[in-house]
Amino acid sequence: MNTAIETARAIAAAHKNTPGGLLPALHGIQDALGHVPADAVPAIAGEFNLSRAEVHGVITYYHHFRATPAARHVIHICRAEACQAMGADVLVAHARQRLGCELHGHSKDGEFTLEPAYCLGLCASSPAMLLGDELHARVTPQTFDALVAQARSAA
Amino acid sequence: MIAAGTITVYVPRDSAALAAGADRVARNIAQEAAARGLAVTLVRNGSRGLFWLEPLVEVATAQGRVAYGPVAPGDVASLFEAGFLHGQAHPLHRGLTEEIAYLKDQERLTFVRMGITDPLSLADYQAHEGFAGLRRALALAPAAIVQEVLDAGLRGRGGAAFPAAVKWKTVQGTPAAQKYIVCNADEGDSGTYSDRMTMEGDPFMLIEGMTIAGIATGATQGYVYVRSEYPHAIATLNQAIARAEAAGFLGPDILGSGQRFSLEVRKAAGSYVCGEETALLESLQGKRGIVRAKPPVPAIEGLFGRPTVVNNVITLATVPLILARGADFYKDFGLGRSRGTLPFQLAGNILHGGLVEKAFGLTLRELLYDFGGGSASGRPIKAVQVGGPLGAYLPESQWDIPLDYEAYAAVGAVVGHGGIVVHDDTADLSKLARYAMEFCALESCGKCTPCRIGSTRGVEVIDRISANQNRPQQVTLLRDLCDTMLNGSLCAMGGMTPYPVLSALNHYPQDFGLTAPDREAA
Repeated sequence: MNTAIETARAIAAAHKNTPGGLLPALHGIQDALGHVPADAVPAIAGEFNLSRAEVHGVITYYHHFRATPAARHVIHICRAEACQAMGADVLVAHARQRLGCELHGHSKDGEFTLEPAYCLGLCASSPAMLLGDELHARVTPQTFDALVAQARSAA
Repeated sequence: MIAAGTITVYVPRDSAALAAGADRVARNIAQEAAARGLAVTLVRNGSRGLFWLEPLVEVATAQGRVAYGPVAPGDVASLFEAGFLHGQAHPLHRGLTEEIAYLKDQERLTFVRMGITDPLSLADYQAHEGFAGLRRALALAPAAIVQEVLDAGLRGRGGAAFPAAVKWKTVQGTPAAQKYIVCNADEGDSGTYSDRMTMEGDPFMLIEGMTIAGIATGATQGYVYVRSEYPHAIATLNQAIARAEAAGFLGPDILGSGQRFSLEVRKAAGSYVCGEETALLESLQGKRGIVRAKPPVPAIEGLFGRPTVVNNVITLATVPLILARGADFYKDFGLGRSRGTLPFQLAGNILHGGLVEKAFGLTLRELLYDFGGGSASGRPIKAVQVGGPLGAYLPESQWDIPLDYEAYAAVGAVVGHGGIVVHDDTADLSKLARYAMEFCALESCGKCTPCRIGSTRGVEVIDRISANQNRPQQVTLLRDLCDTMLNGSLCAMGGMTPYPVLSALNHYPQDFGLTAPDREAA
C-alpha cells in the first residue's frame, strides 16, 4: 500500500463534507506531504465524487500547489512592482546565479527550491523574500548569501 | 491585566516587524530584563505602520508611549543601559509615539487602534471602542443598519469603489434559506498591505464588521478568504475568531440577542485573479478560480448560488466605526463622492514607507514628500503607480490631482486599494509595462480571449518595440491591443492591465525609444 496515497485519501475524506472542501483538503495534503502527488489524484477525486480531470484542473490552476516535492528549503523572492523598485530583479538574478538554477528549479546541491512570489505584503520594506516560513525584508545580495549559508548549515 | 510595578514594553508582531527581526528583539528584551532583575511586561502589538522604523519598540511611561526604532537585536543591551524603560535618551529614541509627525498628521479612523492594542486581547479591543458598533447594530432594525452604511457613503475599498450598502441591501432583500458574508482578503496588489495589517493587528475589527454585515443582511455564515502568502494573518485571525466565539461575540447567540453568525477562514492558493469577487467565490467552492459572467451578481446568486455579500477587508473593518459613531461622523471626511478616509500605503522606493490613513482629497505629492520624505535612493522620483498592478503610472504633472475616485478616473488612473508604489529615475517604464502584460499572462484565468491571448501578444509587441522592429507600427498595434483588452475583457484583470501599459507609453515615450513627436502621432 502506498502510504502517501493513503494519507491523501484520509485527508480528502476528512474534508469531503465541508462546503467547498477541495481546497482545504489539498492544503492539508500539501502540508502533510510537501506536495500533492499526481498518483494521489484518483483517490482525492474518489472521495469528493469528482472526475480526476476536475481535481487535476484545480491542482494545476493554483500556483501554491506543487505536484513534485520541493527541496529542504524553499526560497520565495518577491518579483512584484514594489520590490522591483528596490532591486528585486538584481536579487533574483543573484539568487539564480548563486543557487545555479532558474525560478521554479532546485539548486545544484538539491538543498534549495527557488520560487517567485507576487507580493508578500512587505511592500514598504522591499525587496522581500521568504525562506521556509521566515520573512526577510530589505534583502540585498549580501544578506541573501548570509541567509542561504545559515540555512545550509542548519541541521 | 498588567501587574503593578512592571513596565510595559511593546514589540510589534506584524509581519513587516517580524521580517525586520522583531522576534529576536522581543527575546533579547525579555532576557536582558530577566538578567537585570527588572519586571517587564512584553506586549506584542500590531504595527503603527511606520515601517522604516520597524521594529519600533515602545515603552509605556507616565507621559505616554515612547518610541525607539528601528531596533536591531544588538541594540537591546544599549537601550537598557540608556534607561529606555523610563523613556530616556538613546540614538534610536523617537520621542512620544503619538507626537511623531508621520502619525500625528494622519486621520486614523479605521486604523485608530492599530499598533496601540494587543491584537488578540478582547479587553484591550473593548477598552478602545471595540464592539460598540455591534452593540448598536443589535439594537437596530436590519434596514436601519444598511441605511447607516449607505448614509456614510462607504464605497468598496478593494478597488472597485462600489457602494457597500447597495450590495447589502440587495442581499437583505433577496429571500433565501442561507446567505453569506464573504470577506475578500486576497490582497494580491503589490504595494498594498492594509488588509494584512488589519488581520494581524486588529482582527476583532474585521470580525465585528462581518458580524454586523451578517445581522444587517440575514447572513449567518461568513468566510474570510485569505491569501496563502499571509500565514501570520491566517493564524492571528483564527485565534481571534476562537476568542470571539468563546466570549459570545460570534456563534449561535451573539451577546444574548438570539442572532447567529459563524465565521471561518479559508486559505487561498496563490491565484491573483481570485481577488476578483466571482473568481473568489468559485475558489471558495473548491473549484478553479475562473471569473463568472455577471449578471447574476453575487448579491443574488453568489456562494453556492446563494445571496452573498463580498466586501474587501477594509470595507468591512470600517463598518464598526460607522455604526459606533454614526454615518454623519464618517461622511464628514473626504470630498465629492469619495467619503471618509483611505489607508494609503506608501511602498517601493520611498524613504518613509508606511501606512497613511487620510481623508480623500489630499494629493500624491503630499503623500510622497510630506509623509514619504522622497525616494529611498535619494534620486528623483520618476513614476508612481497608484492602485496596484492594474493601476496607472503617474508622472509628476499628475501629482497634484486630489486623491478622489472620480478625479483619478478622469485622467485614466485609479485610486484602487490605495497602494502607492514609487519608482526613481533608474526605472525603465517599458520594462514595467512589459511586466504588467507578463503578470496578466501569468495570472489570467483564461476564460476570456482578450485577457488570455492579449496579454501574451502584449509582451511580444512590447519586446518588438524595445528591439526597434517596426516600432511605429508596433506602437499602433499595442494601442489597438490595449483597446481590445479594455473593452472586451470579462473582468478587471484583462480590462485594466492596459492602465499601466498605456500610462507608461503616454507619459514616458522615451523609455520605449520614442521621441516626443512620435508620441503626438501615436
